[in-house]
Amino acid sequence: MSQALDIVQVVASGLMMGLIYALIAVGLSLIFGLMDVVNFAHGEFLMLAMYATFGFVFATGLDPVIAAPLVVAIMFTIGVAVYAGVIRHALRSRANAGMVQIFATFGLALLIQGLVQYYFTPDYRNIGASWLGGRTLSVAGIFLPCPQIYGGLLSIAVFAGLHLLMTRTDFGRALEATREDKGGVALVGIDRNRIFALGWGLGAALVGLAGSVLAIFYYIHPQVGATFALISYVTVALGGFGSIFGALIAGLIVGLTESVTAMILPPALKSVGVYSLYLAVLFIRPTGLFGKL
Amino acid sequence: MHYSISRSSRFVAEHAAQQRRQLLVALAVFAAIALLPWMVSDVYLMNVLVLTLLYAALSQSWNLLGGYCGQISLGHALYFGVGAYATSVTFVKFGILPWAGMFLGGAIASVIALALGYPCFRLKGHYFSIATIVIAEIGLLLVNNWNFVGAALGVQWPVSPDSWWTLQFARTKIPYFYVALAMFAATWLVTFWIVDSKWGYAWRAVKDSPEAAESLGVTVFHTKMAAAAISAFFTALGGGFFAAFVSYIDPESVMQFQISLLMALPAVLGGIGSLWGPAIGALILIPLAEFSRSYLGGSGSGIDLAIYGGLIMIVALISPDGITGLYRRLRSGAAA
Repeated sequence: MSQALDIVQVVASGLMMGLIYALIAVGLSLIFGLMDVVNFAHGEFLMLAMYATFGFVFATGLDPVIAAPLVVAIMFTIGVAVYAGVIRHALRSRANAGMVQIFATFGLALLIQGLVQYYFTPDYRNIGASWLGGRTLSVAGIFLPCPQIYGGLLSIAVFAGLHLLMTRTDFGRALEATREDKGGVALVGIDRNRIFALGWGLGAALVGLAGSVLAIFYYIHPQVGATFALISYVTVALGGFGSIFGALIAGLIVGLTESVTAMILPPALKSVGVYSLYLAVLFIRPTGLFGKL
Repeated sequence: MHYSISRSSRFVAEHAAQQRRQLLVALAVFAAIALLPWMVSDVYLMNVLVLTLLYAALSQSWNLLGGYCGQISLGHALYFGVGAYATSVTFVKFGILPWAGMFLGGAIASVIALALGYPCFRLKGHYFSIATIVIAEIGLLLVNNWNFVGAALGVQWPVSPDSWWTLQFARTKIPYFYVALAMFAATWLVTFWIVDSKWGYAWRAVKDSPEAAESLGVTVFHTKMAAAAISAFFTALGGGFFAAFVSYIDPESVMQFQISLLMALPAVLGGIGSLWGPAIGALILIPLAEFSRSYLGGSGSGIDLAIYGGLIMIVALISPDGITGLYRRLRSGAAA
C-alpha cells in the first residue's frame, strides 16, 4: 500500500516538475521553429528573469507571484532587443552561419553572466517566505509543494494559450507562415523582421514567466541558468526542435524520468537517467519525437 | 596525389612548391617560438605561454573534426578528461610514466570517439552539437561519482624531484613549454599532412555537401569516424600533458563544459578549417582570458567574463570566417 503511494508520489512530483521544464523550454523551441536559431543564452534569459523577480520582491516587498507580469514584460523587451542587436546581424552572415549563431549567443551568455556577477556578486540568494514558498498541499497522502503546483498550472495555461495563439490569431498564423516559408511571406505583406523580433520577444517572455516561478523555490545566482539550460536543450531536442507540442510531452518525460531516476540512483546521478533516455531516443529518431525530418 | 591524373602537371608542380613554402614557414615559426624562453624569464608569463601553446594544439585537434569535417563538437572536454585521468591514475596508482599514460589516454579516447561516433554521426546540425554536450556531461557526472578515480576530490600527483621521466618540474616551467610546443607542432603537421591527402579532400567534401560527397564515392560515415578518432587522440594527449603540468586534477577542472568551449573558440576566432586559425585564436584568447582574470577578475568580479563574452560575440558577428578570413579578404581587396 505505502509502496503504491510512493510510486504515485514520484509520478506526481515528476509530472509537476516536468510541466515546469516544458515551460522553461518552450520559448527555445518556438524561436528555433521560427528561424532555425538555437539560443545558447537561453539559460541566461532564465537567470535574468529570476533576478528580476528577486529585485522586484526586494524593492517592493510584494509577493513574487505579483511580479510575474512585470518580469514577462521586461523579458519580452530584452528578447526583442537581443534580436535587433545580435541575432539580426548573425542571420546576415553568409560564411559559417550555424557557427556564427552558436558563438554569438554563447558570447552573449557569458556577457550576461559576467555582468550579473559584477553587479550582484556570485552570492546565492533566495526570496524566502512568500505566499507559496515552502508550503505543501497534501491530497490523499500525496505531498505536493505549492510553488510547483502553481508552476504546473501556469504551464498548462500557457500551452493552451499558445495553441490558441498559433491557430486562432493573425499573429499566430503569421508566425506559422514565416516558419514555413521565410521568403514567401513577404509577398503577402508580412514583415519577416518584425515577426522574428516578436518571436524572440515571445520566446524570452515565456522563459521569463518560468523564471518568475523558479525564483519562488530555487536559489538565484549568476550560474543558475546553466543548471536549467542543458535540461532545456535536452527537452527541446527530445521533443523535436520547433515543435511546441513536442516540448510539452518531452518536458513531462524529462520530469518523470528525473524523479524515477532519483529513486533508483544516488541523487548526484539523477540527471544521468534523463540524459541517457534522451540519447537513446535520439539514436532511434535523430530529429526527436515530434521533429520535422 | 590521386588527383594528378586529371590535373595538368604544371598545377601539380605549383601545388607542391606551395606546400613546401607553407612547410618552411611553419618550421620557421616553430623555431622562432622555441627561442622564446631566452626572452621570457617571468614564471607567470611562461605559464601563460604554456597554456597558449596547449590550447593552440587542442584547438587544432578540434579543428580537424569541427573545422575541416564540419562536425561541431561541444563535448571535447570528455576526451581531454579521459587523457588527464588516464595519465594521472596510471601514474599515481601504478607508477606508469606519464608519457605512456598520455598515449594510453589517447588510445582510450579514440576508442570512445569511435564508439560514440557510431550513433552520433547520424545526428545533424544542432542535434549533433547538443548530443556531444550531453555525452560529455554524463562523463563528468560519472567521474564525479567514481571512487576509484577519486570521485569529486580528484587525483593529486605526489611531489617528486624534477625529471623528464615523470614530467614533473617544480622549479622551472621551461620543459613544459617545449613539450607544449612539440604538441602544437605535431598537431599542426598532422593537420597539414592530412588536409592535403585523400582524407582531407573527403572531409571538405563532406562538410560542403554530404550528399554530393556520397555520390562521388566518399563514405561519409567512415570519413567522419576517422576525423573523430584522430581529433580525440590528440585532445587526450593534451589532457594528459595538462594533468602533469598542474599536478592536480578534479572532474570540474578537466571535464567541465567550459573546456569544450575553450577548444572550439580559438578555432572559430582564428578561422575554422584553416591551418593557422586555431593558433592565432589561441594567441589572442588565452592571454586575454589569463590577464583579464588576474588583473580584473579578483575575487570573481565577473567583469573578465563579461569582456571575454562580449569579445566572442563581436568577433562572431563582424568576422564570421575568423581572423584568417578577414586577412584573406583584406589581401584580395588590396590586390583588386
